[in-house]
Amino acid sequence: MSARLMQGNEAVAEGALKAGVRFFGGYPITPSTEIAEGMAKLLPKVGGTFIQMEDEIASMGVVLGASLAGRKVLTASSGPGISLKQELIGYAAAAEIPVVIVNVQRVGPSTGQPTAPSQSDVMQARWGTHGDHSIIAISPWSVREAFDLAVDAVNLAERFRTPVILLMDEIVGHLRERVELPESIEIYERRKPKSTRAEGYQPYKPDEDLVPNIANFGEGFHIHVTGLIHDETGFPVGSPKVTEESIRRLHEKIDRAGDEIIKVEESFMDDAEFAVVSFGGTARTAYEAVAEARNRGIKIGMVRLITIFPFADKILNDLASRVKGILVAELNYGQVVNEVRRAVNGKCPVKLCAKYNMQIFEPEEILKAIEDLAANQDQTYTVHSTGFEKVKDPEEVENTGGDD
Amino acid sequence: MVERSYEKFFRQNRLPHLWCPGCGNGIAMKAIVQAIEKIPELNQDNTVIVSGIGCSSRASGYMDFDTLHTAHGRAIPFATGIKLANPKLNVIVITGDGDCTAIGGNHFIHGCRRNIDLTVVLFNNNIYGMTGGQASPMTPLGKKATTAPYGSIDRPFNACHLAEAAGATYVARSTAYHVQHLVTMITGGIKNHGFSFIEAMVQCPTAYGRKNKMTDPAKMLEWMKDTAQMKNVWDKNPTDEKFPIGVLYQSTAGEIDYSSAYEKVIEMAGGI
Amino acid sequence: MKGKISVKEERCKGCGICSYFCPKQVLRVDELGKIRVIKPEDCIACGQCELRCPDYAIFVDRVAEQKEKSEV
Repeated sequence: MSARLMQGNEAVAEGALKAGVRFFGGYPITPSTEIAEGMAKLLPKVGGTFIQMEDEIASMGVVLGASLAGRKVLTASSGPGISLKQELIGYAAAAEIPVVIVNVQRVGPSTGQPTAPSQSDVMQARWGTHGDHSIIAISPWSVREAFDLAVDAVNLAERFRTPVILLMDEIVGHLRERVELPESIEIYERRKPKSTRAEGYQPYKPDEDLVPNIANFGEGFHIHVTGLIHDETGFPVGSPKVTEESIRRLHEKIDRAGDEIIKVEESFMDDAEFAVVSFGGTARTAYEAVAEARNRGIKIGMVRLITIFPFADKILNDLASRVKGILVAELNYGQVVNEVRRAVNGKCPVKLCAKYNMQIFEPEEILKAIEDLAANQDQTYTVHSTGFEKVKDPEEVENTGGDD
Repeated sequence: MVERSYEKFFRQNRLPHLWCPGCGNGIAMKAIVQAIEKIPELNQDNTVIVSGIGCSSRASGYMDFDTLHTAHGRAIPFATGIKLANPKLNVIVITGDGDCTAIGGNHFIHGCRRNIDLTVVLFNNNIYGMTGGQASPMTPLGKKATTAPYGSIDRPFNACHLAEAAGATYVARSTAYHVQHLVTMITGGIKNHGFSFIEAMVQCPTAYGRKNKMTDPAKMLEWMKDTAQMKNVWDKNPTDEKFPIGVLYQSTAGEIDYSSAYEKVIEMAGGI
Repeated sequence: MKGKISVKEERCKGCGICSYFCPKQVLRVDELGKIRVIKPEDCIACGQCELRCPDYAIFVDRVAEQKEKSEV
């Protein structure tokens, strides 16, 4: 395939299509609309279906219905729309319906700054819907990776029968880059039932990997799907044992597969004494800052989270054993930093470089935070439009037994 | 006795159902499977039952098809996805007055507007039964509910008018008393190639009746018998004292249903 | 024409709809909340009970009367 100039949102549409998505339901919202527009144009060309629904809740419902009828499905939105989708993201988690939800993050809360970049929906991706559940969330940093992760998201949703959040940000969503798309990709096809109805097929009986092989509607299995807690037959049961087993399996089917799911990318880490942890569009700036810090003699590397959830606990805990300090750079008030601190569990100081003023990071801003980290200053940073503010971080002091 | 042929449409191991003694939902559910039985093209493998949340929506669990018990108010979007993903499937939606006209109201009118080929049967018991008797958008004026202890002041929806105005191409009403008529109304809805809406009036002696001095389900059915009028009779003397039943609206304009319209989109895009 | 009434007792919730609409007072809900056929010989097989039973618990099969039967 030849190289093309492509936008991140466009790459998501192309990737999803390549991975076999044949159904899209959506509702217009900035800055994700190009994905819906792309799907509206592309899907009918391959016999797929696009539908613009009356609201975000319906967009979520329509793709879940289509998924149950056997299609690979996608929906896309941004903050306010993702908030509305939460109800049925939970349904998808509970009823184990493969679905990919793209969130092109913008500044919130509420209507916030509709066209401005942000990474402030990270914890919403994990905990946006009510109840205990598992989730997969992945976040690309380039247009090419937006394509690749759209493919991965579809495969992961089918593989684990779970909602997958493709956590874009406005930076990558609206970025245009020259990309060369792969000639061929790997596609995971949805598993089929292993027994017939007559043999006593049970749709929610899991395989060894804890993922059930649920039949599609229209295949003669007469399955029942519900958001109520159900046993292996799919029918609701009001028992403590079934409730516990069901909730545990929803977690474990993903937690146990951490090695298969979790992807991070390390740069300059061989001799690194410090590390920047970043993700998505911000990681582009962080990378430049890390490279410049290297030029200035600071032994720093970067760990870029590609998979945000399940969180790379073990990788970060190991990282904390290798470095003297970690700086988390993220375009929000501080979200992933808390996950990192939890994973690191006090093994090394974890500092935050945060920004939440509509603007993306400048490399100098992250560089300054890196220099201070290397100088072992116990500070956390917030980059303001008026300048650079150093803030004492009480939590950090508590966690590390800080030296003041 | 001879086993009734419609029994095959029920999941026998799930019966008896959870509805209260005298609840009309059982009557309406049987009417649906009898309507399905009347249409040779429909069978248990090519028919999907989709429901929302509430008393009515528990019906899906008892019916031996592919069945989907969705979230509150969301049956129509899910059903839309199923129908569009596999237009060969016959999709029947079971919903209640709260599910369809309150929390699912937007989905309802837009389903009508799109003329997506679904058959939506609303079990109207005038109340939120499962949560214990709160007023719904179809609780009549002055009737009592736990959230309208002095009588409801909220003007109720006429869901049939709403469906027609929003673009449904088949609109009918019947009651749990008029069982055979109800079966005919649902059969007509399934046969209509577009959005069909059937309001099935059902009695709720427990949550609605108890609050409104109508605790005997049989007497509630008798009220339906006495108060319902065939549309052609009611039309001659429209009065609030009675309500019309029958096919209240059927489009003759030949509107295209949504799946067929989308097939044309695929054609225009050069798709396969 | 006569009717033979069958009851699936495990399904009956004793709501009384069938007995209310029975034109011949053939049925009665007993003290245990189940329907009883108290006058089976009076059943005219009209089917009103089966028609509106919300629990699919009562069924009426039409049977030829004894006399006709012997002639067959």
